[in-house]
Amino acid sequence: MSTQYQIDEEGFYGEFGGAFIPEMLYPNIHELQQQYLNILNEEDFKAELNVLLRDYVGRPTPLYHATKLSKHFNTNIYLKREDLCHTGAHKINNALGQVLLAKRLGKNRIIAETGAGQHGVATATACAVTGLPCVIYMGAKDIQRQAPNVARMKLLGAEVVAVHSGSQTLKDATNEAIRDWINHPQDTHYIIGSAIGPHPYPDLVARLQAVISEEMKTQMQGNPDYIIACVGGGSNAIGAFYHYINDLDVKLIGVEAAGFGVGTNKTAATLQLGSTGVLHACMTKILQTTDGQVIEPHSISAGLDYPGIGPQHAHLDKTKRVLYKSVTDEEALQAAYRLSQIEGIIPALESAHALAFLEKQTFLPSDRVVVNLSGRGDKDLDVFIKNR
Amino acid sequence: MNLEQVFNFKKNNLLNIYCTAGYPNLKDLPTVLKALHEAEVDMVEIGIPYSDPLSDGPTIQASNSRALKNGITLKRIFDQLEQHPVPIAKIMMGYFNSVFQFGIERFCRRCQEVGVSAVILPDLPLEIFIKKYKKTFDDFGLSMIFLITPETSEERIRQIDQLSTSFIYAVSQSGTTGKTQGLEFTRTFLGKIKNMNLKNPIMMGFSISQPEDLTLVHQYVNGAIIGSAFIRQIEKSTDLKKDITSFIQHITQKQFA
Repeated sequence: MSTQYQIDEEGFYGEFGGAFIPEMLYPNIHELQQQYLNILNEEDFKAELNVLLRDYVGRPTPLYHATKLSKHFNTNIYLKREDLCHTGAHKINNALGQVLLAKRLGKNRIIAETGAGQHGVATATACAVTGLPCVIYMGAKDIQRQAPNVARMKLLGAEVVAVHSGSQTLKDATNEAIRDWINHPQDTHYIIGSAIGPHPYPDLVARLQAVISEEMKTQMQGNPDYIIACVGGGSNAIGAFYHYINDLDVKLIGVEAAGFGVGTNKTAATLQLGSTGVLHACMTKILQTTDGQVIEPHSISAGLDYPGIGPQHAHLDKTKRVLYKSVTDEEALQAAYRLSQIEGIIPALESAHALAFLEKQTFLPSDRVVVNLSGRGDKDLDVFIKNR
Repeated sequence: MNLEQVFNFKKNNLLNIYCTAGYPNLKDLPTVLKALHEAEVDMVEIGIPYSDPLSDGPTIQASNSRALKNGITLKRIFDQLEQHPVPIAKIMMGYFNSVFQFGIERFCRRCQEVGVSAVILPDLPLEIFIKKYKKTFDDFGLSMIFLITPETSEERIRQIDQLSTSFIYAVSQSGTTGKTQGLEFTRTFLGKIKNMNLKNPIMMGFSISQPEDLTLVHQYVNGAIIGSAFIRQIEKSTDLKKDITSFIQHITQKQFA
């Protein structure tokens, strides 16, 4: 496989990535860097993960030919149904893989951050099924906004810690999880929820999410013309792109959250408006002031409400391998209502951003377009009802 | 005096105080430095406030937020140091993104112009510094200070000692700043680094808040760094000079004329 779009030996994708960590985390990160590929390639690791993915998560997820939506857009649209995964989103692919990895590293305590609560629920679930204790950091504001997921995590046996620092959202929950790790370097593994963070996390998460595109390759004869996925940190997108990155006949589209619009200050369109900097221990594009202070983003979708983006996406943007676009809160809502009514599928607000891109592009009747439906919309019912 | 002169002049019982620039009020930095200098503190670590200070505990996080609300920027910090010079050895501490946005060369030049001797950037790893930025720092005579912790291997400590040009920052325990559970359990680490006979002076920081902590650290290494305890002391101060003097007297168990 060509390495042009993958990490180099130092953990960089071109100018992006790396491990900008304090010395306190050096032993942990170094151990993970040395071990993760060996562990991911162990036969018994693969066997254990594959059984869980099949019998517990419900993989492979279907690739559904959405005939009514196809007719509406006069093309051929396929939905990769990650929304049908146990716990309702692709996040479980990564959480289960990392919990099994942590066990092999001899760690007996798991920590994670969460924004909307999807990664928190996935991690709490993976910990419950493997018998590890876990602590989930969540911004105090998000705890109020996402009460059902907080209740789910607690029901699954996780401890949920409210983060009151900074803006009390995902960015600060991530800071606090990293601080926890600094304070518990020996026994704890930190499960980052997206393809972000210090090397090797972006690559580790991408490899665990790559199962999405691996299945697509067997589910579809030949290559699709387009693959469309939403991008916050970018884990579902990198999973959907992974095995097609070197297939240049496939147009890859990442859709960011524009919030109120890229001309406003209420947005999360990091690649359009951000500049290069370090956030959460990697060099990437971030929303920041000229003085380097991180700006609080806005998106109606809590899962895309993040001021950075995975370093591999920053690189795929720079090299123009992936085309990144953005859609507004309102466009995402309308796309969600349409899919609910004409296909009977209520998508997550995050995934609705990918669906909204269908309006923005003219497709040929012969085109085959895959949209990664990364999660289901049960968690967003309040927002859907309120904005109807 | 610059940092090199301090270490040539004095080998032991050194004291380094961390203060957040722009805290408690926007223009307090020169007043704080002057009071520390007059209280015979050997060096200061000037904190560059950042929105996401990963290595810091709640006290320094809160001081960073407050300073940012006050309107502090890196440019203003340099301007304050330039307009109100205080002859105390100066180190700047911050997070890499602040320096990266300011511009590495511009940052180094301004440090040289205002008499900053060394820099601590905890999230800029040794390897990346050496590869990408060391030359620029060298060009402006600016030292980079690296951290070691109880988890750092002896081999890596030796490597850091070889690459250091000022002092080594020994973190008393693996954790964020500002814990107050005492330092007795740090004796093993202190003993280890003392016995390694490193070529650079060692200053220990994190969790040093009481006079007895300072005494303990001074038994083993060259000096101690105090941050959170000092920040707590000046949080509500209405007379910085008086409160700083009494804090330094208390922590060093010394009387000043």
